[in-house]
Amino acid sequence: MKTDIEPTSSAAESPSKVRTRSTGRAGDKIFLGLSRGSGIALLVIMAAIAAFLTYRAAIAISKDEANFLTTFEWNTGSSPMRFGIAVLAYGTVVSSIIAMLIAVPIAVGIALFISHYAPRRLAAPVAYVIDLLAAVPSIVYGLWGALFLVPHLTGLYTWFDDYLGWTGILSYQGGAARSLFTVGILLAIMILPIVTSVSREVFRQVPKMHEEAALALGATRWEVIRMAVLPFGRSGIISASMLGLGRALGETMAVATVLSPNFLIETSLLDPGGGTFAQNIASRFKEAGNDGRDALIASGLVLFVITLLVNGAARMIIARRKEYSGTAA
Amino acid sequence: MAKRIDVSGLTAYYGSHKAIEDISMTVEPRSVTAFIGPSGCGKSTFLRTLNRMHEVTPGGRVEGKVMLDDENLYGSGVDPVSVRRTVGMVFQRPNPFPTMSIFENVAAGLKLNGSYKKNELEGVVEKSLKGANLWNEVKDRLNKPGAGLSGGQQQRLCIARAIAVEPDVLLMDEPCSALDPISTLAIEDLIGELKERFTIVIVTHNMQQAARVSDRTAFFNLAGVGQPGKLIEIDETERIFSNPSVQATEDYISGRFG
Repeated sequence: MKTDIEPTSSAAESPSKVRTRSTGRAGDKIFLGLSRGSGIALLVIMAAIAAFLTYRAAIAISKDEANFLTTFEWNTGSSPMRFGIAVLAYGTVVSSIIAMLIAVPIAVGIALFISHYAPRRLAAPVAYVIDLLAAVPSIVYGLWGALFLVPHLTGLYTWFDDYLGWTGILSYQGGAARSLFTVGILLAIMILPIVTSVSREVFRQVPKMHEEAALALGATRWEVIRMAVLPFGRSGIISASMLGLGRALGETMAVATVLSPNFLIETSLLDPGGGTFAQNIASRFKEAGNDGRDALIASGLVLFVITLLVNGAARMIIARRKEYSGTAA
Repeated sequence: MAKRIDVSGLTAYYGSHKAIEDISMTVEPRSVTAFIGPSGCGKSTFLRTLNRMHEVTPGGRVEGKVMLDDENLYGSGVDPVSVRRTVGMVFQRPNPFPTMSIFENVAAGLKLNGSYKKNELEGVVEKSLKGANLWNEVKDRLNKPGAGLSGGQQQRLCIARAIAVEPDVLLMDEPCSALDPISTLAIEDLIGELKERFTIVIVTHNMQQAARVSDRTAFFNLAGVGQPGKLIEIDETERIFSNPSVQATEDYISGRFG
C-alpha cells in the first residue's frame, strides 16, 4: 500500500526522478523508428514496382501497331507487334461478375446461417469447413474444375440452351464446357470462403441491443435479420465481396486450367473461348520474348487499374451512407 | 387497451441457474409499477419474462403463468412474436436502429404489422412522436438518422417507436440510467402522461425515481450470490417508502442494506 501512495508525492516534488525511472522512452523511440521505417519502405517498394511496370508497359505500347485497348488479337512474336486487351478485359470482368452473382448470395446465406440460425454445436464445424476451403491451392481447384466440373456441366448448359438459348448469351453449341461461365462457377466456389468468413464476422458484431430492439417490436427471426443485421452489415458485405472480387479478378492457375482460350468475344457465355488477364499472362509468359513480356506487363497494369477502380467504387458506396452505418452510434 | 398483468408462480432459469423463483404479483392497468432491488436480484430478468424476451437468451427458460387480462402469455400455441407486439419494451441504453432515419425508426414496428399507406404512416409517426414529447424537436429532420440525436432524445425516440404499435403494456428496463438529470426528468414526465393510456412497468436503480413516477412498487431481493431472486413485497409506493411491511425493504430503501 505504501508504495502505491508515494509516487504521487515524489512525482510532484522531483519530476526528473520520474523521467529517469520510466523505461518506456527508449522503447517508444525504437518502435517509432521501426514502424515509420516499414511504412516508408512499403511506399518506396510500391513506387518502384509501379515505376518499373509503367516503364516496361510504355515501351510495349509504343511498339504496338494495333490499338492497345480495342484489338482482338495478341501477336507479340512477330515484328511489328499487334496486341490488344479487349478480349482479356471482357473475359476477366464477365467471369468475375458471374462469380460474384453466384457466390455473394450463397456466402451471405451461409454466414447468416452460421451466425444466427445454426445451433452452436453445428455452427463451429460448418464455419471450420468453409475456412478450410480457402486453404485449398488454386491449382487443385483448377484440376477439379477441368476433370470434374467441365464434363458435368454439359448437361446443364444443354438445358440452358433449350430454355434460354433465345437470349443469345445462354446459347450453347456443344463441345467441352471450357467457357467463361464455367470459369465463373469455379471462381464462385473459390471466393466463397473469404466472402463467407468476412460476412460472418460482420454479422457477429451486430450489437445485441439492435437485435433486441427489433425482437421487442415483435419481429420474427427473419425480420430481425432484415431490420437490424443486414443493414448494419451492409458495408461489411460490400467489403467482403470486394475481397472476393479481388481474388476472382486475379485468379490465374484455376482459370488457365479450365478455360480453352481464344482471342474472340463470344456472344454466348457458355461456348468455350475468351481469356482473362492473369490466365493470358500465365499461358504466354514462358514463350514470350522481351517485347512479348513487356506487352504482358502492360496487360497486367490494366488489370491493376481495373481492380483499383472497382475498389474505389466500393468505397464510394460505403461512404455515401456513412452516417447511417451504425459506427456513429 | 391497457391490460392487467397477473403473474403466478413464475420461475426463470438461465440454463441450470435459477435466476428468479416463484414470483406472483398483479400489475394494475393504467398505472406505473416500479421494480426496485439490488443488482442481480432478477428484476430485469422478471421484466423480460413479461414479453417473452427472456427466452431469447440462450438457455433462457420460464415456468409459471403470466396472464394478460385472460390470455396466458406462456400458454401452448401462443406465439412469442405476437406477445411482443402487444407488450412493448424500452431498454436501458437507447437503441434506435442506426441504419434508419427518425421516421423509419418510429415506423419500424408498424411496417412489421402489415402494410400501411404513406399518409397513414405519417399520421401515426407524428402522433407517436408527439406522444413521446419529441415531435417539436425533430419535426424538421425526420429523414435524418436516429443515431444523430442526443441520448435523451434517442430514448424518447425508442419510446415513440414502442408506443407507435399501440401496445397493451409498456416495459421499461432502467430507461434513464444512461441519461443526464434533465433528460431523465423529461422521460419521467413522459411516463406520467403515458400511464393514462398504457400499463407501465419500470425497472429502476434510482429509488427517488421509483418514488416520483410509480403508483405501486415491488421490492426484489436475493438471499446471496448464486441464489435466485425473489419478490419480497409489492405495495402502494407511498407505503413502501414510508412504512413497508418487511424489514428488508426498509433496510434497502433507507440505505442500511447489507
